[in-house]
Amino acid sequence: MARVVVDVMPKPEILDPQGQAVAGALHRLGVAGVTDVRQGKHFELEVDDAVDDETLHRIAGSLLANPVIEDWTVSRA
Amino acid sequence: MRVGVITFPGTLDDVDAVRAVRLAGGEAVHLWHADHDLRGVDAIVVPGGFSYGDYLRAGAIAARAPLMDEVIAAADRGMPVLGICNGFQILCEAGLLPGALTRNAGLHFVCRDLTLRVESAATAWTSAFAADQEIVVPLKSGEGRYVADAATLAQLESDGRIVFRYVDPAPNGSTNGIAGISSANGRVVGLMPHPEHAIDPLTGPSADGLGLFTSVLTAVAST
Repeated sequence: MARVVVDVMPKPEILDPQGQAVAGALHRLGVAGVTDVRQGKHFELEVDDAVDDETLHRIAGSLLANPVIEDWTVSRA
Repeated sequence: MRVGVITFPGTLDDVDAVRAVRLAGGEAVHLWHADHDLRGVDAIVVPGGFSYGDYLRAGAIAARAPLMDEVIAAADRGMPVLGICNGFQILCEAGLLPGALTRNAGLHFVCRDLTLRVESAATAWTSAFAADQEIVVPLKSGEGRYVADAATLAQLESDGRIVFRYVDPAPNGSTNGIAGISSANGRVVGLMPHPEHAIDPLTGPSADGLGLFTSVLTAVAST
């Protein structure tokens, strides 16, 4: 068994109002120096060693992320 | 004429969609997400709500439900399919319509009656309208901001596949003021506002929404 991490982020050109709201909250809390926040998703999958990278990318690209609006990375922990 | 209305876990507006089908003169047929059976329907409505609690992404899990295999196959054969609100999100996630629906700009859930312009009367769901006709229906969604890449948007615009547009500035920040789009053959339509809530002046802001449900009966009768 191995732990696989899939991180999903909104594409750079996609407006991320949730990230903007977090950035606004930081500003109101008096935190200086944070110029931008983007909010994404982090998945941790427990998978058999037999599952190959191609399958992992298919899982990520067909369900965990929507390729229309999101980018993703797959890494084995 | 049998018009199916799908219920997923978390669907809310199936009852109103069934009522709209009946008021338009069709026979409403309940369809269950876990089945592989379209029960001989001639057209399908994917209604609004919060299927699977919007977990993962709005519509993402419902789009992979067993019944959706049959819906996609039927749409490929030319069966009319209408997605309303969460149903629109499901059709985009299922790949029946291009683009995606994302969190409203400004983050507010928008719930109000508003005016739409019918940009295309050449679909299976809008033939009862005149092009450029304005209709009043409710919008109630938190993730209704339509986005697509530049090439897809240009294609939709040039092919006349923008079906509904917000008359006033889009309250959700939707690209090009897009409220609804269609498939290339005009048989699959998705929109964020709720025509099924505007079928009777007693219970809605107008009866304008009924036109979608009478249109599809005409479309089915002529095929």
